[in-house]
Amino acid sequence: MASTHVDAPAQKYTLRQRLGRLDVKASPYLYIAPFFLVFGIFGLFPIAYTAVISLMDWDTIRNSGEFIGFGNFEYVLNDRKFWIAIRNTFSIFALSTIPQLIIATFIAAMLDHHLKARTFWRMSVLLPYVVMPVAVALIFSQLFADEYGIFNQWLGMIGIDAVQWHKDPLASHWAIATMVNFRWTGYNALILLAAMQAVPRELYEASAIDGAGKLRRFFSITLPQIRPTAIFVIITSTIGGLQIFDEPRMYDTTGNGGADQQWLTVALHMYNTGWGELNFGRASAIAWLLFLLIVVFGLLNFWLTRRLVSSDNTKGK
Amino acid sequence: MSFTRRKKTLALTAGAAIFALTLAGCASGDEPEEGSTTENTAEAGEETSSDPVSLTIATFNTPGLSDSETDADYQYDLIEEYMELNPHVDITYNRAAESGDARENFFTKLGPGGLADVEMVEVDWMPEVMQYSDLLTDLSSDAVEGRWVDYVEAGATDADGRLIGYGTDTGPQGVCYRADLFEEAGLPTDPAEVAELLDGDWDNFFAVGDDYVDATGSAFYDSAAGVWQGMINQLGTAYEDADSGEIVVLDNPEVKALYDQVTAASETQSSHFGQWGEDWFAGLSNGAYATMLCPPWMLGVIEGNAPDTTDWNLANVYPNGGGNWGGSWLTVPASGANIEEATKLAEWLTAPEQQAKAFANAGTYPSQVAAYDDPAVTGAVNAYFNEAPIGEIFAERAEAVVPSPFKGEFYFQVNDAINNALTRVEEGTDDPAASWEKAVADIEAIG
Repeated sequence: MASTHVDAPAQKYTLRQRLGRLDVKASPYLYIAPFFLVFGIFGLFPIAYTAVISLMDWDTIRNSGEFIGFGNFEYVLNDRKFWIAIRNTFSIFALSTIPQLIIATFIAAMLDHHLKARTFWRMSVLLPYVVMPVAVALIFSQLFADEYGIFNQWLGMIGIDAVQWHKDPLASHWAIATMVNFRWTGYNALILLAAMQAVPRELYEASAIDGAGKLRRFFSITLPQIRPTAIFVIITSTIGGLQIFDEPRMYDTTGNGGADQQWLTVALHMYNTGWGELNFGRASAIAWLLFLLIVVFGLLNFWLTRRLVSSDNTKGK
Repeated sequence: MSFTRRKKTLALTAGAAIFALTLAGCASGDEPEEGSTTENTAEAGEETSSDPVSLTIATFNTPGLSDSETDADYQYDLIEEYMELNPHVDITYNRAAESGDARENFFTKLGPGGLADVEMVEVDWMPEVMQYSDLLTDLSSDAVEGRWVDYVEAGATDADGRLIGYGTDTGPQGVCYRADLFEEAGLPTDPAEVAELLDGDWDNFFAVGDDYVDATGSAFYDSAAGVWQGMINQLGTAYEDADSGEIVVLDNPEVKALYDQVTAASETQSSHFGQWGEDWFAGLSNGAYATMLCPPWMLGVIEGNAPDTTDWNLANVYPNGGGNWGGSWLTVPASGANIEEATKLAEWLTAPEQQAKAFANAGTYPSQVAAYDDPAVTGAVNAYFNEAPIGEIFAERAEAVVPSPFKGEFYFQVNDAINNALTRVEEGTDDPAASWEKAVADIEAIG
């Protein structure tokens, strides 16, 4: 009897069934395989190839090179311009990302209310994002011209000395951060708004009954509830902020980041080294250093955000 | 059961299809270039003199070749004309907006292939191209010998004596000035008198500048960088040693002396605007500076950006002799499929008659000796510059041009470092000595 019991199901596992089981197990991997294959070819391979080139004195035109070990890294790390570029990148990053995300959160909170012509307001904040970054940079660099720019003329009208937008490093960072904020604030606001819309309304109602004010509700319900989205936005902004390129490149006509490297960013430095000096070994080394920098900084931000927002959460409870 | 299975197979097929589509999508991104080269190869296989041939030519800015693009007031269409003369040739003409885009494209495709059959190269990046002269066709032939002024031919001849480019235009410089501002300063205003006034070396030029500044209190010339390129292009050896190719600029007292001279003068005489910046363009019309070193193509820049100003003039003079700013070559990449036909096209386009027509079209001054006697060139007059006889003036300026210094593979980077030093002084971020020290550090790091 026992043996027939065992036999019966064993017989039932036909080829079709076994295929079916395999299907259940293997198919999901097959479905996601296209992405990983494409990622392997167009994502992973270039990264690895860049690593190889960064160890070589590479001539991209003849597609040949000579292995020189860590010479490129040594050069880049001893290069004055690289460290200035790091300074500028972090400065522009801080001046853009931090105010941008704070403003975006508040805009999202405003848009989360019952407004008239809601769709109009919501679409409007996305408008700057639709404009080409190069066009934004062109328009803003006219506004920020040192002598005859509109901003300086306005400042002159209220008796403030002209700001040297293309000479003073901090002023140039502000100007570039303005362009970045112009473009990305609305975009981030919409993502945060989507998250806020998903917050259960009962939570607000319950807290309102308990006597919580608007501010209290915002900090104790909205912020903790949108935590995963906030982390996502912060991480993507960090990556974007550290890779900033278009705006500093278009900020003046030469695109070299200023005579004293006032607004030379790491990505721009990499581009200039590669395409300006045709030195792809060093450019690859810079690319890898930037990659590592972003990984470290991204993790740091992730950890920070989790800590900050979750402590709020526990307090809220 | 069978239903779910079908669903699964369907999903599987869909997955595979998406995968295939993605790959196809990526592949199609590369297709246009590859497609065009294979097309050319196919045609080259059966090429004889009268078989149909399709050629591509890539240029930038406004070389004055064709009116089919944006320049409606051109008198001649050279591309069209060549196709009429050679019915078996079909030309596709690509024009990049600016030289920087063309340079990037050139170096991206020079190794792997995919360049146009005829590619235009600018004087600024020619030294870099010369490092890869073996990837370009040797264009020297009896037909073109002695066609160009010496420095144009020398600029495209590599160490093995191969001529890799046919010169198109050149930039012999004169001095543009604002007659109204000169009058305010109590200086002569007539072009001939101004030429006499500025005739001499750079000391004289800066002395006139001092007079101007004393009288008006405003800037005499546009920028230190503009004057710098005028000065450095008159040295025999500037940045690099012609024989060894090594960077010698830091041991070259002439360069430092010029640097000191121009930074001292610029303190009062320069508008401190960066060339091609917003303020610099505004200065063309609002009188922020009174003079500028002027190659032929600059006339169009001034006219285009200060259309309402009537007082710009051109003086037939240049400090310390002559100077050349700009110029291009037509090259034929060796990877091209129709090298022979492409060479013919490049040769025809750079022949004296065609260069005279391009000059009439877009003001690109010829680099061919024979074109200087062409009535279309000698008789040219520029209405905007108060009827300046630009044909005569630039012919004389071209004769006065002294050979440019050797420009090797580091020219671009060294020049960039010094230009940055000048800009820092102009912007007031550093004094001349401190700024030079930074340039020294930058130059020492090159290589």
